[in-house]
Amino acid sequence: MFSYYLKLALRSIRRNPVLSTLMVLALGLGIGAFMTTYTVYYLMSGDPIPHKSDVLYAVQLDNWDPNDPPTESQRDVQPQLTWRDAEYLMHNPTPASDQAAMYRTGAIVETGSEGQTPFEGNIRATYPSFFPMFDVPFRYGRPWDLAAESGHERVVVLSRKMNDELFEGENSLGRTVKFNDTPFQVVGVLDDWRPTPRFYQVDSGGTFGDAEDFYVPLNTAVDRVFLPHGNVNCWLEPDGGGIEAFLRSECVWLQFWAELATPDEAASYKDFLDNYVRSQKETGRFPRPLNTFITPVMEWMDVMEVVSTDNRVLVRVAFLFLLVCVLNTVGLLLAKFLGKCPEVALRRAMGASRRAIFSQNLVEIGLIGVLGGAVGLAFAWLGLQLIDKLYRGYQHLVHLDAVMLVTALVIAVAASIAAGLYPVWRVTRLAPAGFLKTQ
Amino acid sequence: MLKMTDVSKVYRTELIETHALRNLNLEVSEGEFVAVTGPSGSGKTTFLNIAGLLEKPTGGSYELDGEDVGRLSDDAAARIRNEKVGFIFQSFNLIPDLNLYDNVDVPLRYRRWSGKQRRKAIENALELVGLASRANYLPSQLSGGQQQRVAIARALAGQPRFLLADEPTGNLDSLMARQVMDMLEAINGEGTTIVMVTHDQELARRAQRNIQVLDGQVSDLDTLYQARVDRLAREDSAHV
Repeated sequence: MFSYYLKLALRSIRRNPVLSTLMVLALGLGIGAFMTTYTVYYLMSGDPIPHKSDVLYAVQLDNWDPNDPPTESQRDVQPQLTWRDAEYLMHNPTPASDQAAMYRTGAIVETGSEGQTPFEGNIRATYPSFFPMFDVPFRYGRPWDLAAESGHERVVVLSRKMNDELFEGENSLGRTVKFNDTPFQVVGVLDDWRPTPRFYQVDSGGTFGDAEDFYVPLNTAVDRVFLPHGNVNCWLEPDGGGIEAFLRSECVWLQFWAELATPDEAASYKDFLDNYVRSQKETGRFPRPLNTFITPVMEWMDVMEVVSTDNRVLVRVAFLFLLVCVLNTVGLLLAKFLGKCPEVALRRAMGASRRAIFSQNLVEIGLIGVLGGAVGLAFAWLGLQLIDKLYRGYQHLVHLDAVMLVTALVIAVAASIAAGLYPVWRVTRLAPAGFLKTQ
Repeated sequence: MLKMTDVSKVYRTELIETHALRNLNLEVSEGEFVAVTGPSGSGKTTFLNIAGLLEKPTGGSYELDGEDVGRLSDDAAARIRNEKVGFIFQSFNLIPDLNLYDNVDVPLRYRRWSGKQRRKAIENALELVGLASRANYLPSQLSGGQQQRVAIARALAGQPRFLLADEPTGNLDSLMARQVMDMLEAINGEGTTIVMVTHDQELARRAQRNIQVLDGQVSDLDTLYQARVDRLAREDSAHV
């Protein structure tokens, strides 16, 4: 019977083209507005590293100004560490399975090839543990080793995109890239890797942009005075000038992550950090109460408000708009189905049960829902294109993936059925005798 | 075939109570062609609606084909309408955007027949009313008489044993009315029981039996007499 009901539904939609178009447009507008905001919200709030997000922890130590207001939430504690603290944690035994300090920097890039124009490259300075901790895939080579890190060697790992641009996608291991005229040897090339959001540094712009193009040893970057391109916050001025004073200062500029495989390991690591801060207090540092935090990835996204309150409000407003559209569709469907009463009465007289009438009309509103969903997806696509044009840094959020496509259709069909249940119930309950004389 | 005993129908609103049928008694035998006449508002249509299981009586009993059908559930009534009753309406009640084939197909769709069975039944029914060659036409492309023939084909396609016709010639000119009446007589000749409501006394006279409904009651003396005999017999047997 489904094919028969589908045939009748198509015929019925064609019979009232204006009313049908209005219903499809009403649903489409509601779905389009909702899917546009929800897609952005869904991609913003997605888990960037689902298989490990519960064992990767951001580290916070509160070394801040004692005269600042008391800490009321984790958000009040600086999200980055000082060089001294990061170095201590990296170079001393801790209960963590792995750790990585890092910062974003940049330099003028050249390969020395003929015709290659110098440009400013995005660099992540980090430890080699960054790559296995975050499951970064390699196309060629591997991360530099600890010897290279402690030896401050000038080595670099390229993103796949940068390897394509600089070396036309060839195996570039052993080739040279110059940063500020200093040659670095390529030891690895990444495969495609774009965690969204870029969870390991979400305190400044570009949270939803590409990952960095170059990765170099952190100690080498500091040696070469590659200055941080992210936030640098200081509550005390560095004691003197130059890089050495900056490194000794209470300025925070390094992100710090730990891999803690079990809850016990996490608890031990937290104790370790607390003890470290207590020991530092004895030297006159960390004047504020003890505020150390270790936070797994998804909680960290909440703490850092990666999904803004505005975005959540927009999703709610769009949902309300969808409800208004559904209510409008109820009215339109009621008009449409009341117009069908004589035909329904005839079918009932010919032997159609109420269930058959209900099913027939359910297929029709389901079809209207599918059409509304398709129109809604077109509106959502337009909306996302508009976001792409208006806001920079959202380019990876303005696409509809398979999950969103299916979600849109499911919401559209559910919305149309919700809108149609009352009108369909009304026509199903009608007494046929009253309409058979009047056709 | 059809037996109504003391059937009544009352329509109630908050302000008014209307007695459309009052203790109506009627028996129609298998293969009969009965014409029901009566002035407007006499209860003819209510009688037809109850006979066709489109409405339930307020009181009394109604047996169709030996089965008590007066208090059936909605789904059971729909099934019996589909399998045993054919309807012909004054205004044809064809679905305007379905072609003749699909219009005749309407009751068969709810019969759970195979596609092959349905196709054969539709072709036979359209053949019977002489419109097989116009199966793809829309109702609007036919004359009134032809539309009523399609309605007859639709009523017959499911091979019902009982045909209810509500003013089947009311919207037709006299020539077409006679053609439709000829067709109904032929159908009755094949054994189908027909109850026809009409205002037209000339057409009513062509039926085997005439019944007049007045103020919600059958005024046909033969029927009244028979009903009284039946009631007395029931009372006697109850006393024994």
